[in-house]
Amino acid sequence: MKPLRHLYGPLVDNNPVTLQILGICSALAVTTSMTTALVMSLALIVVLVASSMIISAIRHHIPTSIRLILQITIIASLVIVADQVIQAFAFDISQRLSIFVGLIVTNCLVLGRAEAFAMRNPVGLSALDALGNGLGYGLVLLLIGFVRELFGAGTLFGQTVFPTIHDGGWFTPLNLMLLAPSAFFLLGLLIWAIRSVRPAQIELADYEISIEPNRRAP
Amino acid sequence: MPDLNPLYWWARLLALPNESRAKTIAMAFLVSGVCALLVSSAVVLLAPIQNANLAAEREARLSAMLENMPGLADIIAQYGADSLETVIVDLETGEATDIDPATFDIAVAAEDPDTSSVLPSEVDIAGLGRRADLAPIHVLRANGELRLVILPISAVGYQSTIRAHVALEADLNTVAGLSIIEHGETPGLGARIEEPAWQALWPGKELAGEDGQIRLSVVRGRATSAFEVDGITGATRTGNAITAAIHFWLGEYGFDDVLANLRRERGQQ
Repeated sequence: MKPLRHLYGPLVDNNPVTLQILGICSALAVTTSMTTALVMSLALIVVLVASSMIISAIRHHIPTSIRLILQITIIASLVIVADQVIQAFAFDISQRLSIFVGLIVTNCLVLGRAEAFAMRNPVGLSALDALGNGLGYGLVLLLIGFVRELFGAGTLFGQTVFPTIHDGGWFTPLNLMLLAPSAFFLLGLLIWAIRSVRPAQIELADYEISIEPNRRAP
Repeated sequence: MPDLNPLYWWARLLALPNESRAKTIAMAFLVSGVCALLVSSAVVLLAPIQNANLAAEREARLSAMLENMPGLADIIAQYGADSLETVIVDLETGEATDIDPATFDIAVAAEDPDTSSVLPSEVDIAGLGRRADLAPIHVLRANGELRLVILPISAVGYQSTIRAHVALEADLNTVAGLSIIEHGETPGLGARIEEPAWQALWPGKELAGEDGQIRLSVVRGRATSAFEVDGITGATRTGNAITAAIHFWLGEYGFDDVLANLRRERGQQ
């Protein structure tokens, strides 16, 4: 049962987005609809699992001095391949994802898992850890995408749920939901909710300002 | 005698300490070589499918526009789809060329310095930077008489290049329709230019006033004349880009010579 902890741990307890606050950029950009959020999550999971496995497989032969550049070369190549595959087989979605699949390269989550886990653990464990982290990322993306698409456009996966007033229905779309700031708000609320349920995730303050009650201004 | 078995050398390489210079260089070359092979084979193998997707997308957008234009489907049904012909025109002279439209790729032509020209910044209102010297236009004739011209236009919008087709009726001044082919504007705001309800505002709009100056533009708020189209709230810059695309592509650096030739042709009949 122990190895499975690497799979389900990152889903909530050690979620890369809500606990480690990694991969925020893409979480803001691609969550305007469920479809893009889902494709982005799948692309990230594939890249993350493949890169973790490859890096883990050759970890004993990676010279420390060039390990980061080797990791990023492997990740970048996998991202380009994933992007090309999406452009070839899911053309509509690739147009909506635009550059964000390419930006998986810069997602700290991928390099973070490679550096922190895959460099020190065997292939199987690394794959489980990568899958768990990818799923944790996808879960957050889909949650935010669900709220943003439902309230911003009245649809889910492009299917009408609330008929909008543009199409003669009753629902007035909240345009704010389709703009990037709304993802920040939702993410903040989500982190607040998770940390209320699991107080262990609350970080200690780095410093505190103490004010003497009796002190007077000079 | 040295051992020539490659497996021996491979094992020796792997046995080297990780920090040795030889192994560092060997690993760098190995990893980058394998990655380069992976990336280039993916690009080469998938390129035909991607190009087919792009071509299908362009076709679909064009035929969708033709279907949405009132009365046009009847004309095509009456005279057959052959009545719509694609011509590559030279934007400098306004003359049609004999280039086969099937082999012409405007995206490639617009980037190649031999087939495109740099736009001086004062005329480049659409923010394009370069413009291809040749452009494909679609002309619909019935009984030898000009019925409709479809022109490709483009401009840089809020966060993407917007490409569209604008169709002009036989008088070359009345808009028969506008169809957005490609854009990456903000979903829910600028992206609403692709909604049929907004594109339905275009048919019947007038392009130029009495003096021949192009006046058609997307305004903020409600349109008040035949030269204005309702703007989209929260998408001012996208609307401005569409205006710029119309003014640029139908103006001096765009299709004005082509339109002048078509007008002359019509006058002779």
